[in-house]
Amino acid sequence: MRLHIKNGRVVDPASGRDGIGDVFIAEGKISEESAKADRVIDAQGLVVAPGFIDLSARLREPGLEYKATLESEMDAAVAGGVTSLACPPDTDPPLDEPGLVDMLRRRAKALARARVYPIGALTVKLKGEALTEMGQLTDAGCVAFSQANVPLADTQVLWRALQYAATFGYRVWLRVEDAWLAKGGVAHDGEVATRLGLPGIPAFAETIALATLLELVRATGAQVHVCRLSTAGAVALMRKARQDGLPVTCDAAIHHLHLCEMDLGYFDPLCRLQPPLRSQRDRDALAQGLAHGAIDCLVSDHTPVDEDGKHLPFAEAEPGATGLELLLPLALKWGAAQKLPLAATLARITCEPARILGAASGRIAPGAPADLAIFDPQAPVRVSAEMLKSQGKNTPFLGHEVAGSVRYTLVAGNVVYEA
Amino acid sequence: MQRNPQLNSKGELQHLLSIEGLPREVLLQILDTADSFVGVTEREVKKVPLLRGKSVFNLFFEPSTRTRTTFEIAAKRLSADVINLNIALSSATKGESLLDTVANLSAMQADIFVVRHASSGAPFLIARHVKPHEHVVNAGDGRHAHPTQGLLDLFTIRHYKKDFTGLTIGIVGDVLHSRVARSLIHGLTTLGAPDVRVIAPQTLLPAGVEALGVRVFHDMRAGLKDCDVVVMLRLQNERMRGALLPSAQEFFKHYGLTGDKLSLARKDAIVMHPGPMNRGVEIDSSVADGPHSVILPQVTFGIAVRMAVMSIVAGN
Repeated sequence: MRLHIKNGRVVDPASGRDGIGDVFIAEGKISEESAKADRVIDAQGLVVAPGFIDLSARLREPGLEYKATLESEMDAAVAGGVTSLACPPDTDPPLDEPGLVDMLRRRAKALARARVYPIGALTVKLKGEALTEMGQLTDAGCVAFSQANVPLADTQVLWRALQYAATFGYRVWLRVEDAWLAKGGVAHDGEVATRLGLPGIPAFAETIALATLLELVRATGAQVHVCRLSTAGAVALMRKARQDGLPVTCDAAIHHLHLCEMDLGYFDPLCRLQPPLRSQRDRDALAQGLAHGAIDCLVSDHTPVDEDGKHLPFAEAEPGATGLELLLPLALKWGAAQKLPLAATLARITCEPARILGAASGRIAPGAPADLAIFDPQAPVRVSAEMLKSQGKNTPFLGHEVAGSVRYTLVAGNVVYEA
Repeated sequence: MQRNPQLNSKGELQHLLSIEGLPREVLLQILDTADSFVGVTEREVKKVPLLRGKSVFNLFFEPSTRTRTTFEIAAKRLSADVINLNIALSSATKGESLLDTVANLSAMQADIFVVRHASSGAPFLIARHVKPHEHVVNAGDGRHAHPTQGLLDLFTIRHYKKDFTGLTIGIVGDVLHSRVARSLIHGLTTLGAPDVRVIAPQTLLPAGVEALGVRVFHDMRAGLKDCDVVVMLRLQNERMRGALLPSAQEFFKHYGLTGDKLSLARKDAIVMHPGPMNRGVEIDSSVADGPHSVILPQVTFGIAVRMAVMSIVAGN
């Protein structure tokens, strides 16, 4: 199948290309040749960009199908222009055995929508005690190892895990939160939690855990990606670590760029997130850190939760928000607020995460996989339960008006979504 | 920010969920109405027909004796039918969800739900899901709010001190876990009390408590100086040992109210306590039973205040 995408504004953050032009696709890859196409897509008025890469999206399979299924979430991914996603191992059972990973990849492949990159569990059952068989999990297709949202309290296990991973060059992705300091907490330990009487998680639960992790990276040389920063202090620590030349990268989630503790309002369970929404100062530091390079990329942290899981008092509600379909509009909103060129904005959801993932996609270059998102950056979208393809309707942005609507999504040269 | 969920479109009290965000006029309306009910509770026939034919469901997801009983008495004095549900022992343990429980009771034609729950914000969740003619009264949610206790504290202070605008109030003890303290602080700042103090060790104060409009004291003697009102908070057993406090004895040494410490407050100071008291932990018996103590009148006023709240929400 040969495709010709014409008249679009082609934006390739990796090369800096930004201009009206043509993109040709042959045999699932970007091609230089303009041979006769089987299909021509007229992208007049639309942006043609590399498909988005999301480093944190929960698909809820295996085991949590009442919250979402692979099928529903893959539909959500391609509707959001996401062509590659990494899924954390907090499924039921967790992704700690090669058989589970293999099954997930096969099922995902059979659906032929977005590419799925499983993240294996770092420890057996995510319990933080024994290391998983990282070698076999890598052979089964795991691209990295993580504890998802389960804290690894035992620093000796963390140290050993990093040593082991460093030995073989496996990548470790961790969210940082001191398990003891965060114990029992459900909201940022600050003015709003005090007012609402919610048990708090202090900002230093994150910075202390990050400082510990960075020391262990220094000691072991492990390649570590720090997931979903939430505090200004962590942004400063990451900036310093990068200056020191440590092999660390990091991301932030869409919600934390745009929301803060004030958005909890009167106990809105849709704002119950992990990590918690923090102060305005933290939110602004994350938005600026992402703009100025302290933070590498932006993730949706897509976490579909069923209605019953949210129809509970705040502290009992299940944390998380659906996000795959909001990644583009919320990235655009952030980029506009930071006055960034479109290519720089899109870099945070294309070539930057591709680099961390070690994927060949995330660019529009001859020979690269033809994974593309074609979208109207100005089209208004009103976020509603009905418009979301994800089975999870849980987002604090319900009712918000955002801009940016995907018209076509291509994976390996196939049109997998068409609005 | 969403509209205050306690007020209807006319700005009247639809539910009582928290004192925070209630206009001064609404607080005064409740206190004035309670004033008129104090007489009723002293009459031989202690009943008025304001809620005749209405059903009040006491929904207690957390055990309570005093608050539940005073709500029951208040509802009966308003001539309502009262149904007590001790859910801590029933549906919840069978796995029924909070909203299912409420929906079932709503199907039994409830008019007012009086709710106590261990989770902060639970009454807000219920209020979002009840029918328009139903009312929710928060009888204590987690650490968040205990508005009828706050109101009866305000009522008691006004009864003895007449006016809030010149008062110094010291709130002593476990502010971190106290819904009583939060509700009282919001009420006092709304009614114009100029000097509200919290007196506690760092371990028993929530982050950024100053933002509620209070001054922080760690030294009880300094904090009590010239207080018109001293409010002692209950210290729960499980907090008395561990990482928050070394022991009940040590707490009493620093923050227990003795006659000696009380002498630093104004001569006509009143001493309050939401109950149940731990004698010898927060408060010395000689003070609890002494001339400054208004702890038992608080309980009596509590009935009038709860009558006021229920009659006002049911009328809106």
